[in-house]
Amino acid sequence: MIKTNKKTQKNIILSLENVSISYGTFEAVRNVFCNFKKGNITSLIGPSGCGKSTVLRSLNRMNDLIPNCSLKGTVLFDGTNIYDKRVDPIEVRRRIGMVFQQPNPFPKSIYENIAFGARINGFAGDMDELVESSLRKAALWDECKDKLNDSGYSLSGGQQQRLCIARTIAIEPEIILMDEPCSALDPISTLKIEETMHELKKNYTIIIVTHNMQQALRVSDMTAFFNAIEYEDGDSGKVGYLAEFSSTKKIFNSPKEKTTQEYISGKFG
Amino acid sequence: MEEKLTLFKNRKRFGIEKNIDIIFKNTALVLSSFVAIILLGIILVVFFQSFESFSRYGLKFLVTSEWNPVKDEYGAFTAIYGTLVTSFLSLLITIPLGVGTAIFITEDFVPKVVREIIGSFVELLAAIPSVVLGLWAIFVMEPFFRAFFVFLHNFFGWIPLFSTEPTSRNSLLAILILVVMLLPIVTSIARDSLNQVPKKLRNAAYGIGASRWKTIFSVILPAALSGIMAGVLLALGRAMGETMAVTMIIGNSNAFSWSLLSPGYTISSMLANQFGEADGSQVSSLFYAAFVLMILSLVVNIFAQWLVKKFSLKY
Ligand SMILES: Nc1ncnc2c1ncn2[C@@H]1O[C@H](COP(=O)(O)OP(=O)(O)OP(=O)(O)O)[C@@H](O)[C@H]1O
Ligand SMILES: [Mg+2]
Repeated sequence: MIKTNKKTQKNIILSLENVSISYGTFEAVRNVFCNFKKGNITSLIGPSGCGKSTVLRSLNRMNDLIPNCSLKGTVLFDGTNIYDKRVDPIEVRRRIGMVFQQPNPFPKSIYENIAFGARINGFAGDMDELVESSLRKAALWDECKDKLNDSGYSLSGGQQQRLCIARTIAIEPEIILMDEPCSALDPISTLKIEETMHELKKNYTIIIVTHNMQQALRVSDMTAFFNAIEYEDGDSGKVGYLAEFSSTKKIFNSPKEKTTQEYISGKFG
Repeated sequence: MEEKLTLFKNRKRFGIEKNIDIIFKNTALVLSSFVAIILLGIILVVFFQSFESFSRYGLKFLVTSEWNPVKDEYGAFTAIYGTLVTSFLSLLITIPLGVGTAIFITEDFVPKVVREIIGSFVELLAAIPSVVLGLWAIFVMEPFFRAFFVFLHNFFGWIPLFSTEPTSRNSLLAILILVVMLLPIVTSIARDSLNQVPKKLRNAAYGIGASRWKTIFSVILPAALSGIMAGVLLALGRAMGETMAVTMIIGNSNAFSWSLLSPGYTISSMLANQFGEADGSQVSSLFYAAFVLMILSLVVNIFAQWLVKKFSLKY
């Protein structure tokens, strides 16, 4: 990628600088500044509709797929604005992988689910080895090593989600984005995925949207609390903004903002 | 005991409603078995009517091109060849064209309005009666393509398919008019099945860094394949059975030629042409040809379903 802006601060891998995102004329989030540290797990929390998914999708240009979605401001990845005209969004998505809220394996075999992404990204090594190591990292190997040729859809919901994580790991991204990856899962699968995340933290930076406070508390180093308010100049409802961003401990123990306190104690959301 | 009995009676459901249920169920059963009975009836009639010809000419009927009511000699090879070659070649042209159009109008290459307009035009194409298309083929398409046919013959005459001087009625014109008729079928069904592919599959592909083309060809199309194949089969049935437009343009000649540029015949056009004045063993031979047509489409159907099972992605 092209270097356009040298960020001096070390181990900041991704940063949002004055980012506002709109759907058509409706502004969903406004003026977000946020730095994501390398090797950290950062959670994005906040009430429904405040723009967490919108922000997350903007980090690897998945928003490009939504026809009327537009972004102002800069998103710096490794010092490069990923919205620069010269940047190839496909390369961005390869280096910043995404796991979606609904498990979405390809309707192919378990093996092929992982091999497919690796292959299109030019992986030339030992595919069997890659499949195994990816499945191991996603804590799924033991459960499916004997049925790698079965359809990805033959797995349970939790296993499918771990397959999707494995698939993302296989393309060796630097950052993994997760949008409520456990919201369709039972508590045991959820714990498994959280363990997986702890494991992944050694090699990857993870940014996760979650509605589960306990989960944010358990897995993340940093927490960003988003909120939505009615702006005076706004004519189209609530606009999301980053209300507070700090270490997870601080957010949950001694938040600066009153709304943060109210949200984490369950007063709204 | 009292309590148990209440389960047998529902205060809200009166006897009459239950009876209507039963009546509805039985009517539906009778009506739907009609379909099966009619189908069986058709097959039986065609089979028994063709029996005389079948016992006289046997399988030789399928490989000879003699069709002479005076001498009572019948062979349907020309018509069988014509049917197969026109339907397969027209499909061969239609599939990429139709699926391509469907991809174009389901992806966002151009603004939605443009896509919708193109889509509805394609569908309107299906509303044109085939006799009108036949007229159009005679008066517009044939003169338009004449020079092209001559070119084909001059430069590719060494290929048997183009080995004769083009005539003003020929099989290639029939193929082209069939393309016009099949295009709306393939396009609209392919579009519907592409639209039905869950959005999350597209996200999945983009999310691991697949390009748009990779996504379309490796994920979306395979996932929509069984639907698209259904459309193709429907189109194939149409191509094999299409009578009016083909009869008008194909030249209706039983003289066999490999060349598409000379007049040809299809089973359907032969039936339409000859049933009026046929009698005796000619009628039986026509039924034999009809029977062959039914077997052909059955075989193709089975083959296509096997193909779909093998290659489609199930989600
Ligand atoms: N594709 C879209 N087109 C138009 N508006 C959208 C679209 N996606 C989201 N929005 C709007 O943007 C705002 C933020 O949505 P977003 O999905 O980012 O919220 P969220 O914080 O992820 O909510 P949740 O917790 O319920 O998932 C909402 O008001 C929503 O209506
Ligand atoms: Mg969301």
